[in-house]
Amino acid sequence: MSASPPHLEFRNLSAYYGTKQVLRDVSFTVPRNSVIGIIGPANSGKTTLLKTINRTLDFIPGGRFTGEVLLGGESVTAMRDPNALRRRIGMVFPLPVGLPLSVYENVAYAPRRMGVTDKGELDGIVERCLRQSVLWDEVKDRLNLLGTRLSGGQQQRLTLARALSLSPEILCLDEFSIAIDPVTTMRIEEVLKELRRSMTIVLVTNLVQQARRLADNTLFLWRGETVELSPTEVAFSDTPRDRRTYDYVNGIFG
Amino acid sequence: MSEPCSAIPSENPFALTPLERRKKAAARRNQWIMFGFCALLIIPLVLILVDIFWKAAPVLSLDFLWQNPVNKGKEGGLWAPLVGTFYLVVGSLLFVAPVGIFAAIYLNEYAREGWVNRVIGITVTSLAGVPSIVHALFGLGAFVLGMLPAINRLLADPARPETRWEAGLLTASLTVAVMNLPVIITSTREALGAVPQSFREACWNLGATRWQTIRTIVLPNSLSGILTGIILVVSRAAGETAPILFTGATFFKFVADSGTAKLFPYGIGEPFMAMSMHLNIISNQISQMPERMKFGSAAVLITLILAINSLAIALRVWLRGRKRW
Repeated sequence: MSASPPHLEFRNLSAYYGTKQVLRDVSFTVPRNSVIGIIGPANSGKTTLLKTINRTLDFIPGGRFTGEVLLGGESVTAMRDPNALRRRIGMVFPLPVGLPLSVYENVAYAPRRMGVTDKGELDGIVERCLRQSVLWDEVKDRLNLLGTRLSGGQQQRLTLARALSLSPEILCLDEFSIAIDPVTTMRIEEVLKELRRSMTIVLVTNLVQQARRLADNTLFLWRGETVELSPTEVAFSDTPRDRRTYDYVNGIFG
Repeated sequence: MSEPCSAIPSENPFALTPLERRKKAAARRNQWIMFGFCALLIIPLVLILVDIFWKAAPVLSLDFLWQNPVNKGKEGGLWAPLVGTFYLVVGSLLFVAPVGIFAAIYLNEYAREGWVNRVIGITVTSLAGVPSIVHALFGLGAFVLGMLPAINRLLADPARPETRWEAGLLTASLTVAVMNLPVIITSTREALGAVPQSFREACWNLGATRWQTIRTIVLPNSLSGILTGIILVVSRAAGETAPILFTGATFFKFVADSGTAKLFPYGIGEPFMAMSMHLNIISNQISQMPERMKFGSAAVLITLILAINSLAIALRVWLRGRKRW
């Protein structure tokens, strides 16, 4: 049987900042077009895990990892152009960042860097991404407004729109809904259910119920180690593989 | 133990307690002391300016700027030194602006953080504090005694001594550029550092290269800060005497009174006149120099530098107004 490789695979991943180890021997796979939910308390290495995928860990002084991260079977460290890798992966980090450009140019930023100059094509990309991030109705009449002038929650959706602008094959969301109201969050979650048809989603979240709603598999990271990796129904059942998962999910951890 | 409520007089609950009165008096006294020190700083400054412009008033006119000095500067105007200072400033900027800005971009945006970068940073900051006379001696050694003979060996015709380059605009510009390099690097790094790191990270996450990030986000949002640094350096280049003393400035050079030769009086390998040098010499080297000529030159130089600095301040205010985050 020669099945195609999993879309994303981590093999014995350990990550360090200087001498401090933040991920210990983490291994798991993410099948194509699935959603993996990653839960765990602060300082478990969730964000670091995401940064190994698009190699932005390189930008952090002292940041490095051992083991392998494979994208479609290909090791990300073996890829010659890390920028090409980053364009295949959409990243949304928890702090909303509106670039000091107009809303339109925020979304058009990455396509423009890729050489897209056709106005019609850019207009299409901008509208699609802003609709997908449920921001379109709020900004469609003021696309020239500075992205930095939007509210925190709007900037976070703008960040999501930017991440979608190159139609990435993998979408990494790190606490994407932290500044977004619950109603809009639910609407974005509906969009994510649509998006998974065309992309694989890595969802880091502190809202365990969000992982439950969206994820096919759930990974519970604690102090850089894998506590549990199970199908979401199992992880959120009364009998997950590890007792600590039950405690964490039900808020009696510690 | 005193009961706090009983301390409040029943007739006026807002009356000041003795402690509050003492605190208020102390606050007022301290404010006056600070104001006194501030006045100590400002009053002499105003007196100096009034004195200079009062004594300069008889000569101040557009003609004073437009005419060349006559009879060792005792008569005539300031055109020759003014235009020399202009070319000195432009010449030094041509060297210092690109080198300083690109060095700062490298140090701030590309170089890895580590002890090498820190040592370079500390060195640059220390260099900014080196007295200008030291830069002058460096310029004398490196450019006048080092670089000029090499240029002349290559370009000058040994049979015609007039083709030889002398200490002049080129060597003085380079010396002033070296003096201002650390200032430009420091101010540019500050301007670049004021752009939040999160903007860069957002761009990198989209697969933008470092250069694309710098060109599209970092530079457009730090340009005004960089410009402010350059303007401040201009006023320093215009005002300093020491760095040009041995490296190309001269007290007298014939400058035509009309025609294009009046606008372009100095070759880059020729000695030139400059405002700071001119003021220095006429103030203490020429006997029977009329007071009004000394103070007239001082007034022009001060106005020039105040104008340049005001431009920098105006730019800073404007930039604060259009901050994009």
